[in-house]
Amino acid sequence: MLAREESSLKRTPLHALHVARGGKMVPFAGYEMPVQYPAGVLKEHLHTRSAAGLFDVSHMGQLALRPKSGQVADAALALERLVPQDIVAVAPGRQRYAQFTNVEGGILDDLMVANFGDHLFLVVNAACKAEDEAHLRAHLSEACIIDSLADRALIALQGPKAESALAKFCADVTTMRFMDTGPRKVAGFDCFVSRSGYTGEDGFEISVPAEHAETLVTALLENADVLPIGLGARDSLRLEAGLCLYGHDIDTTTTPVEGALEWSVQKSRRTGGARAGGFPGAEKILSHFEKGVSRRRVGLRPEGRAPVREGAVLFADAASSEPIGKVTSGGFGPSLNAPVAMGYLPTSLAANGTQIFAEVRGQRLPLQVAPMPFVPNTYKR
Amino acid sequence: MTTLFTSDHEWLHIEGDVATIGVTDYAQSQLGDVVFVELPKVGRSLKKAEAAAVVESVKAASDVYAPISGEVLEVNEALAAEPALVNSDAGGKAWFFKLKIADKSELGGLMDEAAYKAHTA
Repeated sequence: MLAREESSLKRTPLHALHVARGGKMVPFAGYEMPVQYPAGVLKEHLHTRSAAGLFDVSHMGQLALRPKSGQVADAALALERLVPQDIVAVAPGRQRYAQFTNVEGGILDDLMVANFGDHLFLVVNAACKAEDEAHLRAHLSEACIIDSLADRALIALQGPKAESALAKFCADVTTMRFMDTGPRKVAGFDCFVSRSGYTGEDGFEISVPAEHAETLVTALLENADVLPIGLGARDSLRLEAGLCLYGHDIDTTTTPVEGALEWSVQKSRRTGGARAGGFPGAEKILSHFEKGVSRRRVGLRPEGRAPVREGAVLFADAASSEPIGKVTSGGFGPSLNAPVAMGYLPTSLAANGTQIFAEVRGQRLPLQVAPMPFVPNTYKR
Repeated sequence: MTTLFTSDHEWLHIEGDVATIGVTDYAQSQLGDVVFVELPKVGRSLKKAEAAAVVESVKAASDVYAPISGEVLEVNEALAAEPALVNSDAGGKAWFFKLKIADKSELGGLMDEAAYKAHTA
């Protein structure tokens, strides 16, 4: 029984390397992925913040949108029918954070969109990638050829030593700024390199042909500054950085405004903009911009030492029986040496410094609404 | 003093009618870095198999169940200040709580060290 369940899980091109390095393999989004290595989540987290961490994110979906007209602007205009972001304005060699929205204004997935000059390159979440690809095919096939780049691995190299570690194999990366992206030769392999990540640290994401992934990762790990990092630390790092985890902090029931992602919707797509609306759920999302929302995603700092985890119900005070919201991500922040969380609260209680309570094992624990990121980011802008 | 073990990876040091209870080294290695420990209140009467304490790692929370019934006589306050003791000295300084044993016959269902070693092998 167990064997059959295990065999139904997919493996990334780096599976053997994870196992060889003592990675504790767990099911995640249909893949067998390392949750941690022998160093453990705490050390892996702190190492990423002080040196460099290497993450296998090959389970994520990589897609190319190739305009049939040959003009990348046509692919951008087509994609704008599915996302509330300004994609036309993404310059060649740059990328931008975006969301696929549904007709109710909810979020189907969040993604990165890169302009590679003659086509767009998309990175989407593992758990959503089949639906995302079908969604793109259903809506954009007239304008674009949609290529699933399933033969590529994806790794992230994050932390203050990421640049020096990667520069040994691709000298050009030192000139890249946050959100710069494009094809680069790395150790002689045809990669796509972007200066971005999911930890709040400076760093890079590298798409590499699957057959060369192990060679490249092995070479990067020869550097003593670089340690392999599992999904456990990836989660605590992104939580400290205030970054959303799709399916938890944002989903089909939250609009980008409720999700506190207003910054990601450019003025050109808002009311009065050059290409206002025209994406699924525009009416609701634009009304959220104009009239405000009744609830929003906030950062939360428990006052005590106990982590307050996903699903914990929130209350306005220690006694009330009326739930006001829920924690959507929560745990321990190793860099802060304190618990951190995020969740949804009524807008009237969403101001920084507001004290609210979470129910944990039958007790009401006090938390304060706090600004995010919890740990300042170190992006090279 | 007798040391006994549960299949849930707790140890009990039995001295007279008092049991000192903690988690095993195997348990801490499975939990990972412990960042928070919640202990029962002194004076609480625990029933066998009732959730008595909570151990939290960066990633997850795990319950520690009362391996036997009894009243909580004392808890290890040092764990609140230094939860990492669970990782560094699970079988020693990181004891969780002491119980006044309610029913000695419950000890009969526990494992000795050899049996526990076989259980985790």
